Amino acid sequence: MAKKILIVDDEPNIVISLEFLMKKEGFEVAVAGDGEEALAKVATFGPDLMLLDVMMPKKSGFEVCEALRADPARAGLLIVMLTAKGRDTEVAKGIALGADAYVTKPFSTKELVAKVKEMLAA
Amino acid sequence: MKAKQRFFLAVVVLGLLMTGPFCVTSLLIWLDMQDKERAMLTELLLSRLPIGTMMTVFGFAIGVGVLNWLFKQYVEGLLRMAETLRLMLGANRNFRVNPEGPPEVQQLARAANDLAQQRNALMDDVDAQIAAAKASVEQEKNRLAALMSELAQAVVVCNLDGRILLYNNRARLQFKALAQGPTSASGGALIGLGRSIFSILEKSQVQHAQDVIRQRLASGKTAMANFITTLRGGQLLRVQMVPVLAGGEGGEGMSGYVLTVENITRNIEQEARRDQVLHSLTEGSRSALGNIRAAVTNVIDYPEMEPELRERFLKVVGDEVAAMSQRLDQTMAEFSDSMKTRWPLEDILGIDLVAAAQRRVEDKLGLPTKTEGMDDALWVKADSFSLVFALLYLAGKLQDHYEPRELRFRLSSEGRLAYLDLIWAGPAMSSETFYTWEMDPMQAGGESTPMSLRDVIDRHGGEIWYQREKAAHRAFFRFVLPVATPEAGQEEERVRGSGRPEYYDFDLFGSRDDSIDLDRKLSELTYTVFDTETTGLEPSNGDEIIQIGAARIVNNRILRQEVFNQLVDPEIPLKPESIPIHGISEDMVRGQPNIDIVLPAFHQFCEDTVLIAHNAAFDMRFLQLKEERTGIRFSQPVLDTLLLSAVVHPNQESHKLDVILERLGIVIDKRHNALEDAFATGEVFLKMIPLLEEKGIVTVRQALEAAEKTYFARVKY
Repeated sequence: MAKKILIVDDEPNIVISLEFLMKKEGFEVAVAGDGEEALAKVATFGPDLMLLDVMMPKKSGFEVCEALRADPARAGLLIVMLTAKGRDTEVAKGIALGADAYVTKPFSTKELVAKVKEMLAA
Repeated sequence: MKAKQRFFLAVVVLGLLMTGPFCVTSLLIWLDMQDKERAMLTELLLSRLPIGTMMTVFGFAIGVGVLNWLFKQYVEGLLRMAETLRLMLGANRNFRVNPEGPPEVQQLARAANDLAQQRNALMDDVDAQIAAAKASVEQEKNRLAALMSELAQAVVVCNLDGRILLYNNRARLQFKALAQGPTSASGGALIGLGRSIFSILEKSQVQHAQDVIRQRLASGKTAMANFITTLRGGQLLRVQMVPVLAGGEGGEGMSGYVLTVENITRNIEQEARRDQVLHSLTEGSRSALGNIRAAVTNVIDYPEMEPELRERFLKVVGDEVAAMSQRLDQTMAEFSDSMKTRWPLEDILGIDLVAAAQRRVEDKLGLPTKTEGMDDALWVKADSFSLVFALLYLAGKLQDHYEPRELRFRLSSEGRLAYLDLIWAGPAMSSETFYTWEMDPMQAGGESTPMSLRDVIDRHGGEIWYQREKAAHRAFFRFVLPVATPEAGQEEERVRGSGRPEYYDFDLFGSRDDSIDLDRKLSELTYTVFDTETTGLEPSNGDEIIQIGAARIVNNRILRQEVFNQLVDPEIPLKPESIPIHGISEDMVRGQPNIDIVLPAFHQFCEDTVLIAHNAAFDMRFLQLKEERTGIRFSQPVLDTLLLSAVVHPNQESHKLDVILERLGIVIDKRHNALEDAFATGEVFLKMIPLLEEKGIVTVRQALEAAEKTYFARVKY
């Protein structure tokens, strides 16, 4: 069965690329446009991995990450944070809050795909 | 009143002498007489009693008269003389007793004068020796203070209690610029010798810095501490503290500290803006770049994708690139000032720059220069050395090629751009010529530099071009430079220039705690000596203050630099007859702040000091009448030099300020201006301190009590 990936980002311009890529790699893909929708989609869609943007309306990626990590039922969910904030303090925060990986924009799509595959295979 | 009692005793004795022998003789005769003889005598006497009594009374009156005269001449005269002798002994040794009265007293006076003369000569000799010894010490101190006053950094030296012992001109200007308020002294009042630094800087921060220094001293490190503090109004100061070590055998103890203060508000603002630019250009681009990168990679990696999808990816790239370009434009527009080259430019007054260029052109090239259309108030940001050299270079080039008879400078501005024009009359020049002038290394007046005119212009973030004024048959080079907003105080600094004012008093090192303690010695306290000019003499009848002048006395010295001098709009017409007295006219007071504004500033100026005024009751009455309206209370003790004069010299007739000044040998050039009178009053007070001490009046409390007992204290306004 194909692994499920939830893409959470408020910018359609990146969502379109990510969605295309992940589908090409054979994943089942769902998209959420903000933090609240993301939490709802996690419940209904039940993804294995989540590509989570930090800067979003309603709930930031940090908040979503925190909420998910507080829920023991979701302990197996892998979270990859995507962000336009490149400062190492923010990277540290994302990892501390329980993200499994932290990717700074602009990123190489190849590397992202490789990373996602590697994480899901482990 | 001992002399008075003796006088009465003498009168009684005189009376007894005149009547006593007669009465006793009469009594003895009376006892010896027969009854018949007694009756006869009684009859004889009674009928002549009136004339006898009259003669006696007459004689007695003459006697009293003579006694009174003698008393006045000898006793009171000598008393007065004793007082003046004391005066010579203390306050004014050049004072001489006026030989008057009977010859014996005059002789005594002359002898006393001779003695005084001799003593003067001796004292002069001693003084000269002391002065010579002091001078070298003083010279050292002055050298240090002069050095400090010329420093471009603001320096303040404090003792451990935070009292200011020294500050330089830069510090004065800097803190003055920080102070808000409409009056001349509000804020200027903040910094002053003997005042507390904690009115400017946060006490806890200063103390923390002290602790840091102590720790560093203890561990043998360089003793220094830095902190940044925010003032009212959001100004940021960077303060560096180094200790003043106690010296002597003890060695490491700290007896005070030196603060170097720098206002970094502007730097910080500029840095913040640069950060913002940097941030908006880096972090702001990440997201867009990420979108583009992902889209482009998809298009490249999957060439066989459907055209519709490819279209969508290409649109993403197009949109993001457009947005990025727009943001870049926006950033450049917003932050163009901060993006300028970081060559350190100084703020300089445009006319100063032109004057420097004129001097150089005339000296080096012998070419006459003139100015026209000069904006006197225009400040520019410039590296004056390279800019003046560039002007000299251009002038030299013009001289070589076109031989103009004279050059003109013009200075104008438009918004944030300043225009400095170099004008000459002559034929048109080609743009190629100017281009080579712009790019060649500059050479002028025998000096050369690897820099080109273009480099200088770039260094200023400016521009230069050549332009013709056809109608006037002349042309000019226009330098475009950034306009500077000068820091407040810079203007004043230009005017003040040299001259070292009294910005230091190292004797304050040991002194502690400046709160008013009535039982401290008069010579130890800090005073504010003040005077007011008013519309008239009746405060309760509507007369108002029109000027307040005040100076501080710290450590027995009048600080002529730390003054409060403010005209006040009385909001009522001045009385014409009073104008010649105070020399203040209607148009001088109109537009000045009114008393509601001046009084709080004055109150701040005299905080924690004892007030001194001549005939203080009068001035205080004016201040008290405003208490209700302004809510400002002057609750500190007040000393009155008029009353103190009466305490010191109870037998002198007049205690007017002029008379006292003369009596104490104080020479004042100007009077009847509130500030000058305040100075005069201060001089009087300082002279009186030793005189009061002679009378056993040492503390402020004793002075206040003694003053209250004098006759003059009962006058009410």
